[in-house]
Order: sequence, then C-alpha cells, then structure tokens
Amino acid sequence: MRALRHLYSPIIDQNPITLQILGICSALAVTTSMTTSAVMAVALIAVLVISSLVISAIRRHIPNTIRLIVQITIIASLVIVADQLIQAFAFNVSQRLSIFVGLIVTNCLVLGRAEAFAMQNPPGPALLDALGNGLGYSLILLIVGFIRELLGAGTLFGFTVFVSIYDGGWFTPLNFMLLAPSAFFILGLLIWGIRTFRPAQIEPPDYKITIDPNRRAP
Amino acid sequence: MIDLLLRSIFADNLILSFFLGVCTFLAVSKRLDTAAGLGIALIVVQTITVPLNHLILAHLLAPGAWNWLGLGDVDLTFLSLIAFIGVIAATVQILELVLDRFVPRLYRALGIYLPLITVNCAILGGSLFMAERDHSLGESVIFGFGGGIGWALAIMGLAAIRERLNYADVPAGLRGLGMAFVVTGLMSMGFTAFAGVRL
Repeated sequence: MRALRHLYSPIIDQNPITLQILGICSALAVTTSMTTSAVMAVALIAVLVISSLVISAIRRHIPNTIRLIVQITIIASLVIVADQLIQAFAFNVSQRLSIFVGLIVTNCLVLGRAEAFAMQNPPGPALLDALGNGLGYSLILLIVGFIRELLGAGTLFGFTVFVSIYDGGWFTPLNFMLLAPSAFFILGLLIWGIRTFRPAQIEPPDYKITIDPNRRAP
Repeated sequence: MIDLLLRSIFADNLILSFFLGVCTFLAVSKRLDTAAGLGIALIVVQTITVPLNHLILAHLLAPGAWNWLGLGDVDLTFLSLIAFIGVIAATVQILELVLDRFVPRLYRALGIYLPLITVNCAILGGSLFMAERDHSLGESVIFGFGGGIGWALAIMGLAAIRERLNYADVPAGLRGLGMAFVVTGLMSMGFTAFAGVRL
C-alpha cells in the first residue's frame, strides 16, 4: 500500500505544476483547447512513464558524470517517436501543438522525475511515480484547458456547448481567454484555490511585516 | 530585420506569449541580480545556438542536404530534435570552458546558471521556432539575439516586481508562486500591446 503513495500523492498534494514548478511551459501553451490539452497530456504521460521505466532499469549502468546526456538522449528518442505518431494519426492537432511536443524533451517534469526519482529507485516505484506525476500534470492541463476553451470559444473538445452570438446564440466568446495572459491568471488563481484547501502548501513569507509601536505619525 | 528584432523582443516574447522557459523564469526571479545573470547567459547562448542549429538543419538534416553525395532524397528532419539538444548541450559546455579560461569574472558571475540553461525550454524552443518558421541564417542570428533579450527583459522585470512584492501583504494562499503567476499575467498583457507595432 505504501508504494501506491507514489501514485496518488503527486496528483494534488505534490502536484508537479502547482507545487514543484515543473513543466509549466507546455502546461500554459497548449491549453487553449481541450483537444490539444488531452493530446499533450497523453504524450507526456507516455514519455514520462517509459523514460522513467527505462532510466530506472539501467540506473546502475549509467556513469554518474554523463547521466544527464544519457537521460536526455533516452527522453529525446521517445519524444521523437511520440511526435511522429501524433503527426501520423492526428495531423491537425500536431499543427496546433506546433513545437510543444518537441519541447517535452526539455520539459523539466520529465528530466526532473528522472533525476530526482528514477535514478534512485527500482522500476516499480519509478513507474508509479511517473504515472502519478503524469496524472497530476494532466489534471491541471485539463482544468485550465476546460476553462479556456469553454469561456474562450464556448466549445468543449470542439463540440458547441454555449451557442455563440455569431451563430445566433446568446454567448459572447471571451477572446481574452485564448490569449497568453489568461493562462497565467487561471493558473495563479488555481494555485490560490488549491492552497486554500491544502494550507500546508502555503509558502512562508520571506519578510515579516511589523509595525513599530514607537513610531510617531509624521 | 529591425521589425523581426523588435517583434522577437516584444510582441513574440518567448516567455510572455509562448511560455518558453517559464519554469526557470519563476524559480530564479526572486532577486534582481541573479535574474540579470541568468538573462545575460541566456542571451549569449541563444545568439550562438540558434544560428548554429540553423546551419546544421540546412546543411545536414534538411531534405536534399546530402545531394552532393548522391543521396538527394534523404530526409533527416526527424533527427532535428536530438541534433538541436546535442548542439545546445555541447555549446553550453564549450562556452563554460572558454569563459573559465578567458573571462573568469563573467564565468564566476554566471555561476550555476550556464549548465541550467541546457534544459531551459526557451533555448530549444528558439531553435525549434527557427526551424518551423524557415528563418534564413541572418534572420536566425537576429531572432536568437532578440529572443534572448526579450527573455532577459521579462525575467528582470519580474524579479524587480517580486523584490517589491516582499513588502506587500499578499493573501496567504497566493503568496509566492501564485502571485508570481498573476504578476506575469499582467506583464504579458502589457506586452501584447506591442503586437500591432510594425516598423
């Protein structure tokens, strides 16, 4: 049962995006719609799980001095396969994802988990840890994608939910939701929400603000 | 050319409109001086690697690049990802050695930030954008330089704001990371105002 903790703790309590600050770049960029978020999430989970498994399996044979290069080579090979598969079977989505599938190579989440967990642990826990982190990442991606696509275009996965005024409905699409700044705001507010329910995640203040009782009003 | 430079600094800012390198951006923006160090390191690496990757792409990987050997129909573009990341890692390593030998002061100032840059999405993203948009060699020099400047500008701006935010009474749940996101969002809104500027 303790092994399962590796699986579910990264989903909210140790979430890679909102707490560990890993893999944010892609999380913000691909979330303009649910479809791109979902494809990205699946690609990342696949790469993360397989790379953690492989790296963990050969961890005793990787010389310490060149471990980063070995890890990046393994990850890059997997990403190329994922990229080619997406281009072959979902060409439209691959056009919209643009360079962000390729950027899984430098996604700090994949390398971060490889370095922090897979290098020290046997394949079993490494697999669960990778899956848990992948799911935590996907959860945030899908939440942000849901908000942005619903409010920005009135659709979900491309199906109309709110009929926009351009088609004779009542809903005025918020174009702002499809622009870059909204992603930052949504993620910031999401972090606020999570930390309201998980006060343990609140960061201690760097400085304490005090009021000097002896100070006279000027 | 000036148009491309300004666009890559402001309107197409790597962080604020393409979210590249946000992880480092948020993690290393607590103090202005470290942020400036990282920003300068990024400008240098970006200006070197984007044109270098352009040469590799055009002369080794693109379809028809092996024409002179009689291998006209070989298309190696699927290898570009591995080639780019290899070039970046090697460049960073060589830059470290060169700086250590000839400009030790700058080397000490950049410190641990140079190796960190290898895994910064902004660097790889710059090269991938260069490939996707078919920039020429001259354009990729400008694009790399401008992208680096834009990135440095954004991280220094955020670091300066966060230094001031230390004295603000932020709600507990929003403190730190959450507030950094909201501030970045506001900066990003400011930068979108440059989107229509043309020269």
